[in-house]
Amino acid sequence: MSEHVNITIDDREIKVRPGEKLLWAALENDIYIPHLCAIKEESRPNASCRLCFVEIDGIDYPVAACTRQVEEGMVVKTRSTKVDRLVKTAFELLLSDHNLKCSECPANRNCALQRIAKERGLKLKHNRFKPIGREFELDDSPAEFAFDRSRCVLCGQCIWADRVGAEAWIFGFANRGIDRVVTTFNNLPLAELKCNECTLCVDACPVGALYYKREQKV
Amino acid sequence: MVTANKPQDNYKKMFEQAREQVQSRQEKSRVLIGTASCGLAAGAEQVKESFCREIESRGLDVEIIEVGCIGHCYAEPLAIIDKPGFPPVCYGYLDEGLVHRLVEDFIAGDDPSYEYALAALERNDEFPTFEDFPRGVYEKKVILENCGLTDFSKIESYIAREGYSALAKALSEEPKQVLEEVKAARLRGRGGAGFPAGTKWEACMNSSDDEKYVICNADEGDPGAFMDRSILESDPHLVLEGMILCAYAVGARQGYLYIRAEYPRAVEHIQKAIEEARKKQLLGSSILGTGFSFDLQVFQGSGAFICGEATALVNSMEGKMGMPESRPPRLVEHGFRGKPTVLNNVKTFAYVPLIVNRGAKWFKGIGTPDSPGTAVFSLVGKINNTGLVEVPMGTTLRQLIEEVGDGLPEGREFKAVQIGGPSGGCLPESALDVPIDFDSLHEAGAIMGSGGLVVMDQDDCMVAVARYFLEFTQHESCGKCTFCRLGTKHMLDILTGITRGQGDDQTLQLLKELSEDVRDGSLCNLGCTAPNPVLTTLKYFHDEYKAHIEEGRCPALVCRDLILYYIEPPKCSKLCNVCVGSCPTEAIYTRDDGLKAIDQDKCVKCDNCRKACPPEYNAVIKLSPPVLPAEKERKAK
Repeated sequence: MSEHVNITIDDREIKVRPGEKLLWAALENDIYIPHLCAIKEESRPNASCRLCFVEIDGIDYPVAACTRQVEEGMVVKTRSTKVDRLVKTAFELLLSDHNLKCSECPANRNCALQRIAKERGLKLKHNRFKPIGREFELDDSPAEFAFDRSRCVLCGQCIWADRVGAEAWIFGFANRGIDRVVTTFNNLPLAELKCNECTLCVDACPVGALYYKREQKV
Repeated sequence: MVTANKPQDNYKKMFEQAREQVQSRQEKSRVLIGTASCGLAAGAEQVKESFCREIESRGLDVEIIEVGCIGHCYAEPLAIIDKPGFPPVCYGYLDEGLVHRLVEDFIAGDDPSYEYALAALERNDEFPTFEDFPRGVYEKKVILENCGLTDFSKIESYIAREGYSALAKALSEEPKQVLEEVKAARLRGRGGAGFPAGTKWEACMNSSDDEKYVICNADEGDPGAFMDRSILESDPHLVLEGMILCAYAVGARQGYLYIRAEYPRAVEHIQKAIEEARKKQLLGSSILGTGFSFDLQVFQGSGAFICGEATALVNSMEGKMGMPESRPPRLVEHGFRGKPTVLNNVKTFAYVPLIVNRGAKWFKGIGTPDSPGTAVFSLVGKINNTGLVEVPMGTTLRQLIEEVGDGLPEGREFKAVQIGGPSGGCLPESALDVPIDFDSLHEAGAIMGSGGLVVMDQDDCMVAVARYFLEFTQHESCGKCTFCRLGTKHMLDILTGITRGQGDDQTLQLLKELSEDVRDGSLCNLGCTAPNPVLTTLKYFHDEYKAHIEEGRCPALVCRDLILYYIEPPKCSKLCNVCVGSCPTEAIYTRDDGLKAIDQDKCVKCDNCRKACPPEYNAVIKLSPPVLPAEKERKAK
């Protein structure tokens, strides 16, 4: 097998490692593709946020870049009418289940959703879809950080950090469908579990769902 | 590894034995009672008891055998009486009285009571067979051939009709032969998508991994679909033989049947069949004396619709949450326990023994070039002959509904047919000449799905139908990906609004756009197909959506917020009080002139009064939009 494969993204020719997923090939070459749930080390991509759509020559529908391995000669476009439409809808759907009080959020100006909005010219407000308005209790039991599920985008980054990084196994997904949440065993407050506040999960959170109390705005 | 002709010799002995046993049973009269789930629900257990009682009290020597579903579910409970000297005759709509009469006149006497018969099962000079009716002309039973006619509890009755001979034949040849035959037959997966089974098997066979699995997907969950259940209950060995053949072709040593726990009878029959097959050395180690070993186990699904999706099914078998994964890798590369796995539907496996025995050419002679074989449907809804039907691919929907299903009951007008369950679509009258095959249905906006077919008439509101199916998929969404978790929720909210008369043109446009995006953007096929009922009704029944939002009117008089109940004074009788008692909210009062009227403020639109009103009056009607015409308003309170 050769040492690298040549692909073209947005008319730019790049050399990437064989077997690499398209999303990471692009990101590591400073080509931005919206994403929330992707974890490079994960062998089978989660592919749940549905934001990293791209067009690949020869495939007549947009595909999630995190699920595709690079192939020699692959020609990719990160933007197209179809891609933009899907990304816009997925983004607006996520916002419909997201606490949009950015000014009160510790992740303000350092938030993956804001980055996507900026890169793709999308608005950070409820546009076509009414807010779903799920209500959650704030878990501020740890000394250092707090967990506000109203801002959670269900990307699973904290779960990965918690299980693979910290090996603490505190977090996990629970419930089905619209009730899906990131939660703890029996929904117990974090302080009552064996969480040693390594805060790897806080650093992994791309939005303001897990945040340091010292950065809290209000 | 294969010992020449050893499997054939072993099988021959087994076959002779079974045939002798079955023939000796056929020397006396037999009563075959359909006790699949459909029969039991209609009272087959009581019918069986009646037969036992009647036969015992007369001291007759008659064997009573439980069989599966013959497909004529509309006439359940059913029984077949097979008396030497007479053609076997099938009787329907049985009850205690009829059983008494049949035993007295036919079994004890010699009068087959043809006036109660549905059809004979063998050609004769006295009574027509099922093939002589319009349904029989279009129907072509292949995998349902023996359903309802054979004793599912005895492996001998399967072997005696050359069951497991395909396995013996295959075992005396190279595994590749089975694969080549299936490939040549162009058998497409019957789970819905129609992926070529041979291609799947070949990929699994080519894998160098020595641990491989074969799984049968019997997690049939579409509302109104019961094909897989009936086959598992009625002819379990056919499915097992198909799986063993597949295992032999791809080189698997272990297989599973993923059956939903809501099908206890199917689980029971399959488990019994597995045990019997093991005793006969048709399962387990050195099958039929060869070096080939394969065993099967039942895995019971816990009722999540999503677990019918391949990757979610495997996850649930591995003890994880039943949620889908992105593909590739496909199951044939990375399946159960990370090993190459073939996953096929019940019906797909059921075709395999027949293809191996009768050849790919025979199979391709049925159906269309691109979709060879037959299609099995469970026909339900507003149709005369509900039940399980099998027709060659390429039959049109019109033939299926009007001839096989005998059309709609009198006074009912066809409006739409819903194919493929919650993942399928609603097609109107104008699409009825579409031939049934994987590709044509897809073009029309529906899918073959697993084969549920619901016929709807003028009393069905298409918006409410779309909402019903979406409520189902939204409830069954696993919640993993954005489009399905949130998209179906917003779609359901919009649809609920429309059934209440809320919305405008923009709402319909948004619903359409969102549906398309959920279809194109979801992670798995549950999400990708969930919008189909919405998209097809929007396309074919746009006027009905318009009527809801523009006129606040539900043309089918279904959506509760858009109708009201009204008692027509000229039809109402002073002598009758039935509706008053039927009303749970005491909304019905007696007017000064003795006639009844409804207090609209108290009415909860439960429909009780309309059902209660005696047919000779039929005075309660529904009105939509819920505004009383002036002359009626005057008389109402």
